[in-house]
Amino acid sequence: MSGANDPYDPKQVAALSAEALDGAVAAAREAFAAAADLDALAAARPAHLGDRAPVPLARRELGALPPAARADAGKRVNAARVAVTEAFDARRGELEAERDARVLAEERVDVTLPWDRAPRGARHPLTTLQERIADVFVGMGYEVADGPELEAEWLNFDALNIGRDHPARTMMDTLFVAPEDSGLVLRTHTSPVQARTLLSRTPPVYVVAPGRVYRTDELDATHTPVFHQVEGLAVDRGLSMAHLRGTLDSLARSLFGPEAITRWRPSYFPFTEPSAEFDVWFPEHRDGPRWVEWGGCGMVNPRVLVACGVDPEEFSGFAFGMGIERALQFRSGVGDMRDIVEGDVRFTTAFGVEL
Amino acid sequence: MRVPVGWLAEYVDVPAGTTVEELDAAFVRLGLEVEEVHTPAEVTGPLVVGRVLGIEELTGFKKPIRWCQVDVGEAQPRGIVCGARNFAVGDTVVVALPGAVLPGGFAIAARKTYDHVSDGMICSVRELGIGEDHAGILVLGDGFEPGADARPVVGLDDVVVELAVTPDRGYCLSMRGIAREMGTGLAVGWRDPGAAEDPSWSGEAAWDVTVADAERCDRFSMVALEGLDPTAPSPWWMRRRLAQSGIRSISLAVDVTNYVMLELGQPMHAFDRAAVTGPIVVRRAREGERLTTLDGADRVLSDDDLLITDDTGPIGLAAVMGGASTEIGDGTTDVLLEAAHWEPTGVARTARRHRLPSEAARRFERGVDPEMTVVALARAAALLAEYGGARVVGAPVDVDTRRSRPSIALAADRPGRVSGVPYPPEQVVELLGAVGCAVEADGDRLTVTPPSWRPDLTDPADLVEEVVRLAGYDDVPSVLPTAPPGRGLTETQRRRRAIGRALAEAGHVEAPAYPFLAPSVFDALGLDADDERRAVVLVRNPLSEEEPALRTTLLPGLLATLARNLARGQRDLALFEHGAVFRGGDRTPAPLPGVDARPDDETLAALMGAVPEQPWHVAVALAGQREPRGWWGPGRPAGWADAVQAARVVAAAAGVELFVRPGERAPWHPGRCAELVVRVGDDDVVAGYAGELHPRVCAALDLPARTSVMELDVDALPARPVPVGPRISAFPPVFLDLAFVVPDEVTASHVESLVRGGAGELFEAVRLFDVYSGPPVPAGSRSLAYSLVLRAPDRTLTAADVAQVREGILAVVAMQGITLRSGDA
Repeated sequence: MSGANDPYDPKQVAALSAEALDGAVAAAREAFAAAADLDALAAARPAHLGDRAPVPLARRELGALPPAARADAGKRVNAARVAVTEAFDARRGELEAERDARVLAEERVDVTLPWDRAPRGARHPLTTLQERIADVFVGMGYEVADGPELEAEWLNFDALNIGRDHPARTMMDTLFVAPEDSGLVLRTHTSPVQARTLLSRTPPVYVVAPGRVYRTDELDATHTPVFHQVEGLAVDRGLSMAHLRGTLDSLARSLFGPEAITRWRPSYFPFTEPSAEFDVWFPEHRDGPRWVEWGGCGMVNPRVLVACGVDPEEFSGFAFGMGIERALQFRSGVGDMRDIVEGDVRFTTAFGVEL
Repeated sequence: MRVPVGWLAEYVDVPAGTTVEELDAAFVRLGLEVEEVHTPAEVTGPLVVGRVLGIEELTGFKKPIRWCQVDVGEAQPRGIVCGARNFAVGDTVVVALPGAVLPGGFAIAARKTYDHVSDGMICSVRELGIGEDHAGILVLGDGFEPGADARPVVGLDDVVVELAVTPDRGYCLSMRGIAREMGTGLAVGWRDPGAAEDPSWSGEAAWDVTVADAERCDRFSMVALEGLDPTAPSPWWMRRRLAQSGIRSISLAVDVTNYVMLELGQPMHAFDRAAVTGPIVVRRAREGERLTTLDGADRVLSDDDLLITDDTGPIGLAAVMGGASTEIGDGTTDVLLEAAHWEPTGVARTARRHRLPSEAARRFERGVDPEMTVVALARAAALLAEYGGARVVGAPVDVDTRRSRPSIALAADRPGRVSGVPYPPEQVVELLGAVGCAVEADGDRLTVTPPSWRPDLTDPADLVEEVVRLAGYDDVPSVLPTAPPGRGLTETQRRRRAIGRALAEAGHVEAPAYPFLAPSVFDALGLDADDERRAVVLVRNPLSEEEPALRTTLLPGLLATLARNLARGQRDLALFEHGAVFRGGDRTPAPLPGVDARPDDETLAALMGAVPEQPWHVAVALAGQREPRGWWGPGRPAGWADAVQAARVVAAAAGVELFVRPGERAPWHPGRCAELVVRVGDDDVVAGYAGELHPRVCAALDLPARTSVMELDVDALPARPVPVGPRISAFPPVFLDLAFVVPDEVTASHVESLVRGGAGELFEAVRLFDVYSGPPVPAGSRSLAYSLVLRAPDRTLTAADVAQVREGILAVVAMQGITLRSGDA
């Protein structure tokens, strides 16, 4: 090693020569490139980047140079060091990418394997359809009213202008409850909720009442003795049949698409006058666009308002009701009523949690 | 009501070319629902009128056979073999010639039978597909030309429209009413078959009649006839229309009363005059009085039944059915025809009491035009004279005590206000006129007197409906009203939705069942004799005699649904239902107040109070695997713990803390039944039970072993408190595992609450991660291992903190005989 006081002769410091440095860089590149994997690369590292590697050793010689030569040689050594380091990093990057590719490929799985360890549940479509209809009305400002399924006869009939011996009463196919003088029936429609609402609230009232009702029908493909209706009632100042139509059209659009509208046929219900049955235009019906019979509606009979203590000169109202089973049948193309009522999980599961 | 279009066209100028579809649409527009359109059966090929020229009786066969010569308008008569015997030489009949095809694809050809070539067939009503009568062939009567096309003659061109008539419109149960509606609806000319002149009968009244109950019978009319030919047949056209209307032909006298009822809407009754003894009295029955009606039934009468009586006692159940003793028979020549107007609700009660929904009762219940009694008698008398040779004797009886009909005040703009369509006052007057109302206008105030055939028109609202209906419902515009802001769903409604959704999200399938059950199911469930669930509400007219009770628990219905699914090949089931149950027990009958005003508060409270409580329950039933086997490993069978967990899911959805403790209640396994407890105020309330079914219940209901169920009274849960947001500490936690030796009688939930309590303020969470019993844990105890998370809100915990918590817990549990498991100490 040259001493500090040795006379300057750069040619004597061979390690700092451009040739020697270039050679060291080339050797390092070759060695790194030859490394087949990361282990081999790590093994090759000390010879070219370790403390005893040619470039670091050359760097130590810098101090032996006179200041005038030192700068020049320093640049060369630095460049060589950077070149070796870059060569190493580049090769390591290559080898790491190779390794990752190989290992991740080995970890490949069949992502189509099922993982249905938690069984899926479902809500009954009658429930979700009732909620959906109720939500449409809640959005319009209505409130949801409830009433009991086992109901006072007076509320199911008398208060709704269905007199004791009125044919409409016998046509209702009522399930009566013991004893004979109990004054109770299984409600034949959700309309007693109208009476309950008017007896307990002060107009204006806007309510919708979904629920289960009963008739003495036999269960078959198109009938069920236990079924569901949604009843609507609005009592306010100045309500007209036009408002009733607007309300039903709005409901039809939200359930059956923007093209849906309603059509009325004159009919008779003791608790509404005028009364109508209404059909809905359902463009997406399974068997092609068509009118489908859906429910009944009308202006609340002033006699009902009187029986419930509402002044018919000040207030008017409309009411409507429709079958949920029926809506489910045509909206979802359900051909057989028994599928709706039997509780077969295959049917219900098909509808999921929302409708 | 079946409307033969050909009959209707007699009164209404139906425009030529009107299609059945157009008629259908017009009926619907008027509020007469078309249930069905009956088009006559197809007959193709030659079907002609024939006249029988000769009959040769063939003998030597198993039955009598006729060989007939029939003029069918050709040069030579045709020879036709016929097995019927109800015709004679000179009669006109319907002949299907070879080449004709009758309904049902019955092709007619010339063929040899009974040693003769039969060149066609003489047809019966049934063979023509226009009725059920097959007793003999169809004899047409006079006025038909041999060889003429027989199709229109026998009504094959007649379409019958079947209408569903709503109970307010009794007048549409007659051709007269339908004609009025259709004349108005089609805006064409029409004639009222009821607009006849009063008959000019004179002489002594035909019979001595007293009406003792004018409230129930405000008009009673009668006419007497003599000289009726009892063998005279009803004319074919009448039998045809009766058949089209669904009424069987019986005899001329009966057919005429039925025909006039269909034509004018006035039900009538024909008595055999010779069988009526002494004056007729219309009166209420005496309790226990008896009457044998035309259908042969011996009926015990109520004092609410109205009767027609003579000296022998009851001879008719007024408005509903005649008596057998005065029935028109084969030899009846003298007839008393009765037409009356009866009070509708009384008729309804009698028809219901005796289960006799007759055509007459159906009309009287819905309201019959009281103007029609004498008109109908005259029409019937004329028909009986024409076809049966009968003569009216004496003057008709007409006991008429009707009160005048009150008029209705109507503001002319009211129909417009109700409908949203501004009808001009002239239009309102015109439309009410079309209905038959007499209208007096005083400016905008109308005084309207409804016509006699519309007893349903009593209120202004009724008149409004008539105006809007005739103007057309299609004119009503669509305007969305603005409701005042609502408050959204109630807490109860939100809770019910949350519970259903949570159970579904947790893998349960909603399966609502009918709420009817057989009381015997309580035995299968092993309920004690005094179990409150046995107190059921019974349905008086149940859908099934086996299931007359309303459910007091959701379990029977849910388990039946479970069994049905299992029977259909499902194995792994988690079902839930939520809905009302019905509490039985004695209670005061619900009052039936009037409807002229709001019931007073006391009556209303009694009314509402008489309706039994119907609490909202939720139930879960599980069978098979709760988690399926798969490539990840074996499945996990559903069990008691899943049922209890379902209750926890419900409580969490309801936002309520649920406490679980061992319970004992049918139908659960006594060692695997959890009592589900909630705190309401300061009280513990048992809201339900969960666990495994008792093995005997599984056996009795044919369910798989270890079927597990939960039932909870949702209405018993306390209101959800407003949730308080916890403070979240950012300091690090300390995890502490502790395994205890716990005596078997101390429950895990109790240990957990002790641990919580003992941990003090640094407690954050605890989880039971292992349960072990067996050596080295001593018998009578088990090991429960808990993992705790401790954390302070304001600092990092030190070893001293943790040691203090540990000592605190150990001190608390020690009082229950719980020790730290050796090795952990």
